[in-house]
Amino acid sequence: MEALDLARWQFGITTVYHFLFVPLSVGLAYLIAFMQTMYVTKNDEKYKQLAKFWGRLFLLNFAVGVVTGIMQEFQFGMNWADYSRFVGAVFGGPLAVEALVSFFLESTFLGIWIFGWDRLSKKMHLASIWLVAIAATLSALWILSANSFMQEPVGYEIVNGRAEMTSFFALLGNKQLWVEFPHVIYGALATGALFVTGISAYKIVRKQQVDLFKTSFSIGIVVALISSILTATAGHTQSQHLMSSQPMKMAAAEALWNTSGESAPWTVIASIDPEAQKNGFQIEIPYALSILSYNKLTGSVPGILELQAQYEQLYGPGDYIPPVRTTFWSFRIMVGSGMLMILLALFGTWAMIRKRLEQYRTFLKLMIAAIALPFIANSSGWIMTEVGRQPWIVFGLQKTEEGVSPLVSSGMVATSLIGFTIIYGVLAAVFIYLVVHYTRKGVETDEAHDISSSEKIHTTAI
Amino acid sequence: MLESLWFYLIATLFVGFFFLEGFDFGVGMLTPFLGKSDTQRRVLINTIGPFWDGNEVWLITAGGAMFAAFPNWYATLFSGFYMALFLMLVALIGRGVSFEFRSKLDNPKWRTTWDWIIFFGSLLPPLLWGVALANLMRGVPIDQNMNYVGSFWDLISFYSVMAGVSIVLLFLLHGALFLSLKTEGELRDRVRALALRIGPLTSAVLLIFVVLSYFETDMFTGKGINPGSVPILAGFALLSVHFFLKAGRDGWAFIMTGATITLSTITVFMCLYPNVMISSLNPEWSLTIYNASSNAYTLKVMTIVALTMVPIVIAYQAWNYWVFRKRVSMNDHLDY
Repeated sequence: MEALDLARWQFGITTVYHFLFVPLSVGLAYLIAFMQTMYVTKNDEKYKQLAKFWGRLFLLNFAVGVVTGIMQEFQFGMNWADYSRFVGAVFGGPLAVEALVSFFLESTFLGIWIFGWDRLSKKMHLASIWLVAIAATLSALWILSANSFMQEPVGYEIVNGRAEMTSFFALLGNKQLWVEFPHVIYGALATGALFVTGISAYKIVRKQQVDLFKTSFSIGIVVALISSILTATAGHTQSQHLMSSQPMKMAAAEALWNTSGESAPWTVIASIDPEAQKNGFQIEIPYALSILSYNKLTGSVPGILELQAQYEQLYGPGDYIPPVRTTFWSFRIMVGSGMLMILLALFGTWAMIRKRLEQYRTFLKLMIAAIALPFIANSSGWIMTEVGRQPWIVFGLQKTEEGVSPLVSSGMVATSLIGFTIIYGVLAAVFIYLVVHYTRKGVETDEAHDISSSEKIHTTAI
Repeated sequence: MLESLWFYLIATLFVGFFFLEGFDFGVGMLTPFLGKSDTQRRVLINTIGPFWDGNEVWLITAGGAMFAAFPNWYATLFSGFYMALFLMLVALIGRGVSFEFRSKLDNPKWRTTWDWIIFFGSLLPPLLWGVALANLMRGVPIDQNMNYVGSFWDLISFYSVMAGVSIVLLFLLHGALFLSLKTEGELRDRVRALALRIGPLTSAVLLIFVVLSYFETDMFTGKGINPGSVPILAGFALLSVHFFLKAGRDGWAFIMTGATITLSTITVFMCLYPNVMISSLNPEWSLTIYNASSNAYTLKVMTIVALTMVPIVIAYQAWNYWVFRKRVSMNDHLDY
């Protein structure tokens, strides 16, 4: 393989991996901040125990998120030097601001939170976890403003063959940012919430510390319901925006080769043939794509082939069609996972209100498996976003192949690709092992506080 | 004007990184040797527990600031020193998770494994930064398109390894002095004895490195800003550590290694100015703060953000150190 392909794989693997941990950190931070707020305002020890239990899992997750994030920031210069030269004056800005404004705050106050349980006043200590949650959200805002520039460049001009920033506020006001950011943050909340409900369900099914975990399940399921619905509506807004800003991405996401008629049907599934540039078998729902795109029954949606012709006129000869299969299926996997999340959260909320949760053991077991859903949705959402933008690295300005480091050899990239993949794999295994370990151990109640062996805690808990 | 300001700001971020993460690298390297029992090793790691992550952000910010203010510097350095950075990332990744993972299970083998990852994860970055700085000072093969045309092995020489060893020793000493302020009893006695032994060795190795620099680089020919007495003060600060320690003034001793780190970093940046990457092939092809920088508007916006935020960051990080100012004891509840 060439250095370009290897660098792409490395970016894909390390970024998707990093983004398994980031949304969980953001979402859990808010849930823990909420639990600790309940502890401080109601002075109920139960919530302190819960905040500590979830806090421990949160810290394991946060650690992996942080270290894989360092890699992200360095990777642009290492593997994408020409991209960095081309956009550094615009794209570097939000990254530097992220470190200065958010990441410092997040890291410092996380340290204060971990070690500060007995050193700070209750209120100061509570403030520190809220600062972590807010800083993590702001981090997302800055990073997404950089990503939005790649999707929809604004606030720049091209001078001497590179992009230069002309308006910082245009970057921050980028329409793409304000459809992308809410989608990501609601998704992060849903991720944290389904993690909490899944692990709580596991404990309830096993009849361990049922009261405590019913409390965290209730908090989680309400957040899961609200945030998964909001994620879907924000996603809908985003795809409507993409119809005008990146129609090729949407056409590829629908595998719509030819421009639709006056009312566009939505393709549920299709067998796609990218070579022949058409679909074999497909199942369609009439009018649905027009509704999704424009909120009305009519409205033609431009197809891949017509857009390709348009782009050739605009940008010169070339292939402007992204990998259609990947874009199409990642979109469907994301939407499908999201819908399942909403249904599960609806049922869970209903069962909780009816106080029948423990009767639905199958449902609770499903909720354990459902921990995977937001991670699948997050990953496939990003795969759709980034793959669907190809061949561009910055839409309309630079192609991915032009951004790669010209003199970094394929041997070097292969070494780092293999190295990171192995290390990330080991980290994932250790992370999951520790999460399972601490889940089994359960909430440390006061009687069990100084006992270190898990069996003893187990007995006290029951 | 703004280019120069950003050059100083990036120097400041590196000073922050070396000063702060310097001692937590030192503690990481010392932990397997100084900690005679698991509890002692936990005490050592917990001395830096609330701080190390915030310290590391100085590096991340320096990286981001280079990207924003000097995209060409960022691109050339990071793609050019590819394998060195890969190794550093592996070290930082391993080290970062180790702090969190090590004490989570009771198994001694588990803990020893993470302790050694912390050791190598704390040893490699200063070693590699030394190698990188030596090459920045001496110049590396850069072509007319600002691309590094050498290999990883071109970065490795007696001189650059000496730079790495000097920084490792300096951070070891810095870390030991930090520990003398944060531990107590028998552990602290051993830390102080160790610091008294590493001190003279560090001074000797750094002196050799300075002499080597005289022959290996153009640093002393006055191409950059004449650093004047700054490096001499750095030397005196380092020599004074021994006397402060003997007098029982550990706090001052720690400030003095901090001063050595700060003044040495300033010296390197002053001598480099206005170059950021010197081309050994043709001086015309060197990257300077002018041909590597962003446009004026970007620099202006970034200046406003940086000049507002850096003092705030320093303030709350200082508060963090104040909150956790107490020595860590074997009887404390240990989080890490």
